Amino acid sequence: MMLLETKGLTRIYGGLRAVDKVDYTLAKGEIHALIGPNGAGKSTFVGMVSGRIPISEGEVWFDGENVTALPAHARIQRGMAYTFQITAIYARLNLFDNVALALGKRDKATVLAALDRVGLADRASRIAGDLAYGHQRLLEIAMGVAQNPRLLILDEPTQGLAEGEIEDFNALIKELAGDTTILLIEHNMSVVMALSDEITVLDTGRILARGTPDEIHANADVQNAYLGTG
Amino acid sequence: MNLDARSVALHLGLIAVLIVLGFVLPTYHQGNLARILVLATYAVGYNVLFGYTGLLSLGHAMFFAAGMYGCGMAMHLGGLTVIPAFVIGLICAAALSAVVALLALRTIGVAFMIVTLMFAQSVYLTALYLGEWTGGDEGFVIAQATRQIAGYALTEPLTRYFAALTLFAVALLITARMMQMSFGRVLIGVRENEERTRMLGYDVFRHKLGAVIISGTIAGAAGAGYAVLFGYVGATFASVQYSIFPLLWVLLGGMGTTIGPLIGVAFMFYLIDYASGVTNAYMLIAGAALVLLTLFARAGIVGEIRNRWVPWLP
Repeated sequence: MMLLETKGLTRIYGGLRAVDKVDYTLAKGEIHALIGPNGAGKSTFVGMVSGRIPISEGEVWFDGENVTALPAHARIQRGMAYTFQITAIYARLNLFDNVALALGKRDKATVLAALDRVGLADRASRIAGDLAYGHQRLLEIAMGVAQNPRLLILDEPTQGLAEGEIEDFNALIKELAGDTTILLIEHNMSVVMALSDEITVLDTGRILARGTPDEIHANADVQNAYLGTG
Repeated sequence: MNLDARSVALHLGLIAVLIVLGFVLPTYHQGNLARILVLATYAVGYNVLFGYTGLLSLGHAMFFAAGMYGCGMAMHLGGLTVIPAFVIGLICAAALSAVVALLALRTIGVAFMIVTLMFAQSVYLTALYLGEWTGGDEGFVIAQATRQIAGYALTEPLTRYFAALTLFAVALLITARMMQMSFGRVLIGVRENEERTRMLGYDVFRHKLGAVIISGTIAGAAGAGYAVLFGYVGATFASVQYSIFPLLWVLLGGMGTTIGPLIGVAFMFYLIDYASGVTNAYMLIAGAALVLLTLFARAGIVGEIRNRWVPWLP
């Protein structure tokens, strides 16, 4: 059963086809990584899936429903969650209020439990903008997870995290897997290899290859375009 | 005490103090405070949009005027009694704010400021244009005899004071409660990071729409209250000056604080009152005080108190 499907998804900026007729499917419960060089269209693609970026052409289907015409908030309400590439937390609010807004309720135990999943429960009353950058990333992830989404879209979640935090992040994602389907944009190849069931490689707005981590690792086209040994 | 209990205690305590002041203040200050409370109601309404939602309107005088003219004309021309006229004022303000919101909320930032300013100017010019009914520039006076509720004359100072206090207290408690509910929390989310709020699944437009209507209706309630309690309706109250005042009051008192609007109005009222006793150039003193405040207390009076000493202040 496919949770997410795109048909001919296209985004045109001026004359540039940032995403070009992408047909894509994501099965329920899978952890799927989206990789590719800078400018390949990864963020634009997930932006269109989540409704943040308007679609030029094509369709998005979520859990059997055509959501192409729905605004972003309606897609989120249907069970998507989105974490931004550039940290987008409520910098002037405390961590508790950040997570409470993500949850939609101010139940203390639930909020603290959500913060605890990324190890920030002891900082609940701190102002989010005062946290170190890595902790802000973790808060952003906590807000995504707190929504208990069916599809969690993570745009470069480990950027700026320390080694130890990356290990904790990997553990958290593995814990979510099964219940939550995860679409992950990631540059850190060790994270991609450790987590993903399947990988799609985007290059200049098109799907270059798709396969298991091992297949992608062995793929000559990917080597040329992305892994830089060409 | 948890946060909510402290906030309830603060608001009820403030109202209790105002009740006592009504009995102990000399007549002059009692009259001033009645006026301050009505204007503070206006500021409370403005604060919902500016302080909590982060939308800067330069046209709130149109909502104040909608309430004022709606109520005043219903009494003056329609011969209605106070309560039904007041309700008509509220309906006028709510309807105007809904229409303005639907159009103005298509814009953001500076464009939103300009669009609200333009709408307010057209309301102001309409009031002048329809001079036959509105009295134009001169406005009109509401007959003293009609300004009473169930035999209580609103022209009597103590009754007027308590009517003004009731108006203010209702507006204060409604907004204080709203800011503890999910709706109010989401407004703060919109103010702090609109895109993030949308991507958490909240319908940002509907929340902003609600904020404009609530804000405009409270401003209209203040306008209607002003007409009833002080007996005068005039186009001055629809002028741009009356759109700038609530902005200043809220900035001075502390944007995004529940009691800041009252503090801001009282501060500016007495600052001008005091300065005009000292010199004819009283606006110079008022201006200097405003500059000092914006330099050294950028969050406003209550905002600074919250930042420095009392972080739980709602």
